[in-house]
Amino acid sequence: MADATMGSAPVSDGSERLTTVDGKPLKAALMAAEAKARRRAFFLVLPLLAFVLVTFVAPIGQMLHRSVHNPGFTEHTDLSDGTQTEIMVNLRGWFEANPPGTEPDEAAYAALAADFLVLRELRAQGAVGTRINYEAPGTRSLFTKTARRAERLEAPFKEAVLDVDEDWGDPKLWQVMRDASSAYTINFYLAAVDLEKNETGEIVSVNENRQVYVLLFQRTLILSLLITALTFVLGFPIAHLLATLPLKYSNILMIFVLLPFWTSLLVRTTSWIVLLQSQGVVNDTLVASGLVADESRIQMIYNQTGTIVAMTHILLPFMVLPLYSVMRPINPSYVRAARSLGATSWTAFRRIYFPQTVPGIGAGALLVFILAVGYYITPALVGGSDGQLISNLIAFHMTRSLNWSLAAALAALLLFGVLVLYWLYDRLVGIDNLKLG
Amino acid sequence: MKKTLIMTTALLGTAFAANAAEVTVMSWGGAYTKSQVEAYHKPFTEEMGIAVNSVDADNPATPIKAQVEAGNVTVDVADVEYSDAVRLCDEGLLVELDHSMLPAAPDGTPAAEDFIEGALTDCAVANIVWSTVMAYNTENNENAPDSIDDFFNLADFPGKRGLRKNAKANLEMALMADGVPADEVYAMLETDEGVDKAFAKLDTIKDEVVWWEAGAQPPQLLADGEVVMSTAYNGRIFNAAVGEGQPFEIVWDGQILDFDLFVIPQGAPNMEEAKKFIAFATDTQRLADQASWISYGPARQSSGELVGLYSDGKTEMAPHMPTAAENLENALVNNFEFWADRDTELNERFNAWLAQ
Repeated sequence: MADATMGSAPVSDGSERLTTVDGKPLKAALMAAEAKARRRAFFLVLPLLAFVLVTFVAPIGQMLHRSVHNPGFTEHTDLSDGTQTEIMVNLRGWFEANPPGTEPDEAAYAALAADFLVLRELRAQGAVGTRINYEAPGTRSLFTKTARRAERLEAPFKEAVLDVDEDWGDPKLWQVMRDASSAYTINFYLAAVDLEKNETGEIVSVNENRQVYVLLFQRTLILSLLITALTFVLGFPIAHLLATLPLKYSNILMIFVLLPFWTSLLVRTTSWIVLLQSQGVVNDTLVASGLVADESRIQMIYNQTGTIVAMTHILLPFMVLPLYSVMRPINPSYVRAARSLGATSWTAFRRIYFPQTVPGIGAGALLVFILAVGYYITPALVGGSDGQLISNLIAFHMTRSLNWSLAAALAALLLFGVLVLYWLYDRLVGIDNLKLG
Repeated sequence: MKKTLIMTTALLGTAFAANAAEVTVMSWGGAYTKSQVEAYHKPFTEEMGIAVNSVDADNPATPIKAQVEAGNVTVDVADVEYSDAVRLCDEGLLVELDHSMLPAAPDGTPAAEDFIEGALTDCAVANIVWSTVMAYNTENNENAPDSIDDFFNLADFPGKRGLRKNAKANLEMALMADGVPADEVYAMLETDEGVDKAFAKLDTIKDEVVWWEAGAQPPQLLADGEVVMSTAYNGRIFNAAVGEGQPFEIVWDGQILDFDLFVIPQGAPNMEEAKKFIAFATDTQRLADQASWISYGPARQSSGELVGLYSDGKTEMAPHMPTAAENLENALVNNFEFWADRDTELNERFNAWLAQ
């Protein structure tokens, strides 16, 4: 700002423009100085910006891309040297030339046979089969089997291919292959909400015994809301106590809130297993005190109860801490004033104290809810079968079935759901009303 | 100062030299990994001077696939199930192995003839025959269950059951308990009615099941009394029972046999060492040695006669092997083609069933 020192021009009549000592107009000089400051500020945040771009924006973008893009049927990447080869070229050509619903003719089967020769050479039949198997279950071995005999396929190809396996005549399979011949697809999103395309390309529900995702999305939403409510009910009195006790006591109590917060998640989850399992501490105590018979020990873990108890405990500090930070500065004389003016203790709490804690409740609830929606390890360990959340199925597709496109579609839906709820929250409570501490 | 520099450089040098000769082997953890460390890893390092890093996973096939697809492979050798070995090989994720690198049996029989039928595939070399069995804790069962039916019989055998949290083996056992003979199980599972039937049978005990994922869990659940009986890998039960004196018994009826095979993922950082490791670990003597640490059958015929006592020095191993004649009365051999094909579909259905 040094070069922006005021010039000697008279200010009183206003007719002369303000300039700096070296004759530049003051406005331009100020702007130059500000631009410099902005640049400096930008360079300071640049590392963070780059970090966020590389570790956050790019992976999420990649995930969203993967949820609509799967080149398993169109492209083969050689794992040893990374070269990419176009595959299924002939068959894709046939699909382009013929409208959906066309009965596959000799030309289609000839194209298929020609493509299989390429697949065999590249050893790509397994990957292609896996891609098709996502949408037409049980067809994987069709591809590996046919590739093994690719060299022996001769005209007439339709007969030869159907001779290898008559499942090749399944119209559903041809519909799936037609769909997969474009790398971009919304089918993974359909699968993520228990829908699929039938033989004629119409969108229909999947068989009842395979419907799972909608159920789990609902369960995740309901359990997360329940856990948020529980942490509020449990956390509010604790936070109030912490905020109103003299510092020397509240600091000691604070340790009890923070100690579990600092303890590893796995340790806390495992401790709940030790406590709640049917041969665990709680059941043993109940049996010893005669409240419960030895044969009818209560099942408190490996089910939804286990998930709710463990997650409520683990997420409790995320409710207590924002509440505490909001309650601490509330002046106790407000409530005293209300009482002295004749309010009952309930009215004073409801009209005076509680409204002042709303920003803390908002922050705590939002934190707990968003963390709960994405919780994975705790339900995996203590959830048994009916305590699983949607994130457990995302993890299943990430690490076990390795259907990353479906995992990405599920994750994107979850992300979208959280954003919608965040927007709703902003409309209802207002994001400015948030106080994290 | 200069001296310190030289010293550090020298130290760094040796560190790098040590790094150069190593191989990372991924296996299933617990008693099984221990048996491999004792029988394969230690002698391998001793004889070849190549360090072995041992890492574990609940099922090594999944991290392998993830690593290869992500282009970031850290594992050189993995120990996987048959259907996974076939599937990963089909998908081009594994290195094809030249079987001529495997040493011949002591009597000169070439490796290709010495291994049990099916134990050598394009990309994999089997080391053991293992089995999924049902096991129970004698202290928590008033009656001794003696058949796979009893696992599903809550009236006579009340209490929780442990089952592996996936479709494989559970569906087969459910059908066998439903009276389907072992040799018809897979034909039945090929049909929708067969799958429905298996899930219906599982439904009858669903509320009483504790699901496990790692092989080390069932012995733990049985010992804690969390479950009265559980499916388990037979070797884990043997080691807990004989090695640690737990009151566990195996019911061999309805057991499901499978191979575990060594594979090398594409892009393994220490390819040569990995091949040396596989050749070394699957020779006649090493396979026999492993059987003295855990009750899994060696994959070579010539190893059979070398199998002797458990590492406690007194327990005869032969009757504890899943391949012992008296244990094979109602046994099922895992159909790898079926599972390579249907794994995704049936696990999706399993997940849906589980969540409902």
